[in-house]
Amino acid sequence: MARIELRGIAHAYVPAPASEQDYALRPLELVWEDGGAYALLGPSGCGKTTLLNIISGLLKPSRGQVLFDGVDVTAAPPQRRNIAQVFQFPVIYDTMSVSENLAFPLRNRGLGAAETRARVEEVAELLELTPDLRRRASGLSADMRQRISLGRGLVRRDVAAILLDEPLTVIDPHVKWLLRRKLKQVHEQLKMTLVYVTHDQVEALTLADRVVVMNQGRVVQVGTPQELFERPADTFVGYFIGSPGMNLLPCTVEDGAVVVEGQRLPLDAGVCARAREAGGEPRLGIRPEFLRRVPEGTPASVRVEVTQVEDLGRHKLATARLGTQALKVRLPEEERLSPGEACWLELPPRWTTLYAGGRAIP
Amino acid sequence: MNKPTNQRAWLLVLPVLVAVAFSAIIPLMTVVNYSVQDILGPEQRVFVGTEWFRKVLRDPELHGALRRQLGFSLAVLALEIPLGVALALVLPKEGRAASVCLVLLGLPLLIPFNVVGTIWQIFARGDIGLFGVVINALGVEYNYTSNALDAWLTVLLMDVWHWTPLVALLCYAGLRAIPEAYYQAARIDGASAWATFRFIQLPRLRGVLTIAVLLRFMDSFMIYTEPFVLTGGGPGNATTFLSQYLTRLAVGQFDLGPAAAFSLVYFLVILLLSYIFYTAMTASTSTTGSKEAR
Repeated sequence: MARIELRGIAHAYVPAPASEQDYALRPLELVWEDGGAYALLGPSGCGKTTLLNIISGLLKPSRGQVLFDGVDVTAAPPQRRNIAQVFQFPVIYDTMSVSENLAFPLRNRGLGAAETRARVEEVAELLELTPDLRRRASGLSADMRQRISLGRGLVRRDVAAILLDEPLTVIDPHVKWLLRRKLKQVHEQLKMTLVYVTHDQVEALTLADRVVVMNQGRVVQVGTPQELFERPADTFVGYFIGSPGMNLLPCTVEDGAVVVEGQRLPLDAGVCARAREAGGEPRLGIRPEFLRRVPEGTPASVRVEVTQVEDLGRHKLATARLGTQALKVRLPEEERLSPGEACWLELPPRWTTLYAGGRAIP
Repeated sequence: MNKPTNQRAWLLVLPVLVAVAFSAIIPLMTVVNYSVQDILGPEQRVFVGTEWFRKVLRDPELHGALRRQLGFSLAVLALEIPLGVALALVLPKEGRAASVCLVLLGLPLLIPFNVVGTIWQIFARGDIGLFGVVINALGVEYNYTSNALDAWLTVLLMDVWHWTPLVALLCYAGLRAIPEAYYQAARIDGASAWATFRFIQLPRLRGVLTIAVLLRFMDSFMIYTEPFVLTGGGPGNATTFLSQYLTRLAVGQFDLGPAAAFSLVYFLVILLLSYIFYTAMTASTSTTGSKEAR
């Protein structure tokens, strides 16, 4: 178990990076607290796996340091870091039995037979593999193979952290949640640092205490699922998290108000001033969940024209037109609304965020 | 299930049946025909039953050829398979160097068989051949035209030079197909280079190795052109393998009956040995797997 610290880590796969574009991972500072469950969330190709491989030591970063409990391990190979890593496609040793698979990391480290057996049995019990210990590992189902590869990580007593790289991609949907629950249970029992790479926000938000959102080689926000939902620090986070994502409306900033498509909305004067100071294209962000249908004339509301209504059973999802902009609105099931109708929507100031140049203005 | 019956479907299969008949069945049956008859002239033939088979199977010359053949084929496998795997392991994995190495390695495979024989006939000569001269200069008595063992070894060396690249290329392709995650997992599990080979690379090469062993076994068991050019089967009978012997019987002496009987025996021997290799190499996974799965 360990606290993992990344100091000024950056990585480029090209040998002599000339510009920012060459970096798969832009310089970043991150701390993973001991025992935390983290999700590393971002679209494909954003640098998640690169970051994970730097932590495990499979990849040596072009720049920066990796510290485990304050000790610099940047140059240490993976086998010396006591990291468990589970890959997208389950890796098992086909010619061995399940128990030999689990014992493999211990044997490579020269652990005694009796202790190896005890550890293997313990881990097998934890992962519900005990009945299959004597079976040959080839030809097992994907979720079992993935549990074995997880077990190979957990079997070592001194594991500092467990890294999972999209481990549920190849698992059938109906066993996915079982495995996810198992993972959560294992984390609660063993209290080891857990880093879970995924591009699936549901997975990230249900499994992790804290989510690290990445985009284009940068960490754009670190926060609890709630923080990410309520206060996206970046337009990317707003758009990427939530289904559908945040509405981001281009606007102009005035003193104490923003103007969206000719309609004026009051906003904190300080925020407006800071937004103008920050420069960059201003956008007003509001989640579809926080928009409310209100009577005409309500403060902080805009007039929109409904273009489409989808009934999703427990709620309705409407698309509305605000001038030239499209707006997604989540409405309660009992709301009566039909396409072509005009209505007023409130943007509660508490849930609106002003972005300038993509970053939230505090 | 109620399947409709339609005899006209045979018409659709007919072209294939005709093609197979002319390419395989009729020639094979001709050989079977010859093997049980004594052909005295174009219109004179006598049925002799199993006489040719008995004669061929008791032929001491054939026994000698078979012994040499088995020894040769086993030596070919014992050398080419490990060497091919080793080569595949040390080849560069990507980039320009990989392409250059693969082309160089593949060159022997592009040379016509009789040219291979000619190359080695000159290369191994004691008076003007680079290989022969060097070996003699090192103080080793070597002359493939007069010494039986030298001749046998030269044919073996030639085959290793000619065909190890095939094994290496097959294994190389097999190794490239192993996902990177396996190597990463092995590093995290603290596996040594040997353990990585033993538990990841070798098991994943099983498929291509089965093919390599079968190909090399069947090919080496039928070797004809290269030793024919290099040594002509000599000195004495030292490099007379089954194919040379068969040709001598059929073309040299026009003993069509015994030659046909021998061809059939030859064919069955290859079939049988290939089957044994195949079951031995594929069985261990499936049987132990299903046994333990119960």
